[in-house]
Amino acid sequence: MAYPSDLKYTKEHEWVKADGKNAAIGITHHAQELLGDIVFVDLPKVGAEIAAGKVFGSVESVKAVSDVYAPISGTVTEVNSELTSAPEKINQDAHSAWMVKIAIKNPTELNSLLSAADYEKFVAEEDGH
Amino acid sequence: MNFSIPGVPHGVAQGETVAVEISTPATRKTALNAVHRQMGAKMVDFNGWDMPLEYPAPGGIIAEHNTVRTRVGIFDVSHMGDIRLEGREALAAVEHISMNAASRLAIGQAQYSALLYPQGTFVDDMIVHRLGEDDYLLVINAGTREKDFEWVREHTRQFDCRVKNLSDDFTQIAIQGPKGVDLLQKLTDVKLSGVKFYWLTRGTVCGLKDVLITRTGYTAEDGFEIYVPGDEKTSAMVWDKVLQAGKEFACMPCGLGARNTLRLEGKLPLYGHEITDTINVWEAGLDRFCKMEKPEFLGRAALEEAKAAGLKRTLVGLEMVDRGIARDGYKVLDERGGEIGWVTSGSYAPFLKKNIALAYVPPQFRDPGSTVNVEIRGQAVKARVVPTPFYQRPKKA
Repeated sequence: MAYPSDLKYTKEHEWVKADGKNAAIGITHHAQELLGDIVFVDLPKVGAEIAAGKVFGSVESVKAVSDVYAPISGTVTEVNSELTSAPEKINQDAHSAWMVKIAIKNPTELNSLLSAADYEKFVAEEDGH
Repeated sequence: MNFSIPGVPHGVAQGETVAVEISTPATRKTALNAVHRQMGAKMVDFNGWDMPLEYPAPGGIIAEHNTVRTRVGIFDVSHMGDIRLEGREALAAVEHISMNAASRLAIGQAQYSALLYPQGTFVDDMIVHRLGEDDYLLVINAGTREKDFEWVREHTRQFDCRVKNLSDDFTQIAIQGPKGVDLLQKLTDVKLSGVKFYWLTRGTVCGLKDVLITRTGYTAEDGFEIYVPGDEKTSAMVWDKVLQAGKEFACMPCGLGARNTLRLEGKLPLYGHEITDTINVWEAGLDRFCKMEKPEFLGRAALEEAKAAGLKRTLVGLEMVDRGIARDGYKVLDERGGEIGWVTSGSYAPFLKKNIALAYVPPQFRDPGSTVNVEIRGQAVKARVVPTPFYQRPKKA
């Protein structure tokens, strides 16, 4: 899997796509692969504050329940409500199925995230052990 | 992202939750383990067994589940245990340890039953097969193999019969779904239309003589289970031939994930979840498999007392009304937030396309239409009691 280089990644398998003052957040292709068929997504409301490293939502597959952590802090400006009725979109294309869009609080938080190359390496190591 | 698999508190024994977790060193493998790995199956630890959870695309739990509902899927269920009781007093021995009436079985017939503790709770559930005049086969759960065998041996000592643990002798393959009969018919000389549901026969399968064929399963569909020699070469040959024969029906290999959701839709109990060593037969709602007209069997006296005392809790089916999936171990609350019970199994139901669960609640909540809440991540989420089984296969025309 080639991970898009315009996204930043976390070791908890979230991605963030920053665009100036705003960012979209989702879970990675590797995450959806680990989960299997995704059947439920729980997302915050518009206006909610999310904090880097803290849980902001959850994703459930048929078999597993998973918390989703915020890669960076911010205020939720948009929620992808399409995922509520069609959570399988995450399985189909994890890197375009964004979960929330936020107004970025502290852009320097982006610097501590992984690049596509680093994330790919991390996933390969995790698989290998 | 951080995976968590719902826990099972409230005194419910940790059972057969199919979890995404790392296998322990003492992992046991079926003879088809290498075949599953070669097919790219996602493997999980299941009560100490390294088993396929799901297969790669076009598989996956949902696709595998719906294939069994509409066509046919095959499962490696070799991890199940097999105990044979044979000899002059085999029937008396089975009658003593089994809650159902083995005396009603004709040769070639099978029945659902359970091994009970003297207090009327579950050692395990099982299928009792009558293979011959004084010859019975108990098929039991993987996670309870040793416990069950010791239990059966210990409690049948007074009878003139041999008790053998055949658990490692067979590879057991389940062929499940409405097209299962057509698939298996291509591989055997036995006329399968003559074998009714919960009956068994022996015949040649894939060129192997005298194979045990039972019309049983754990999917709430029609289907068969075949017992072939447990060596890797024979097992792989049969698995491959079954898959090849299934091509025209778009047959899929299916893992434990689909096995669990299929049995949940059909309200088939799972040891460690709906039935445990603290749940009795009446609570589990398995009355029709428990024959109190038998003068004696292990657990009978306690069950008589329990019946007189009345039910304190009962197993009900729930359908989520609000958004959320009830998972094993989640608390069930009344409308004021008081804890009234717990979820034993819960999932998205792939065929019904609903979020369903089984739960123990006090009897006053048992009527369909009753409303309860399930605590999901600290929130009370509304659910409705519904009739069970959630799914029943269509009757043949």
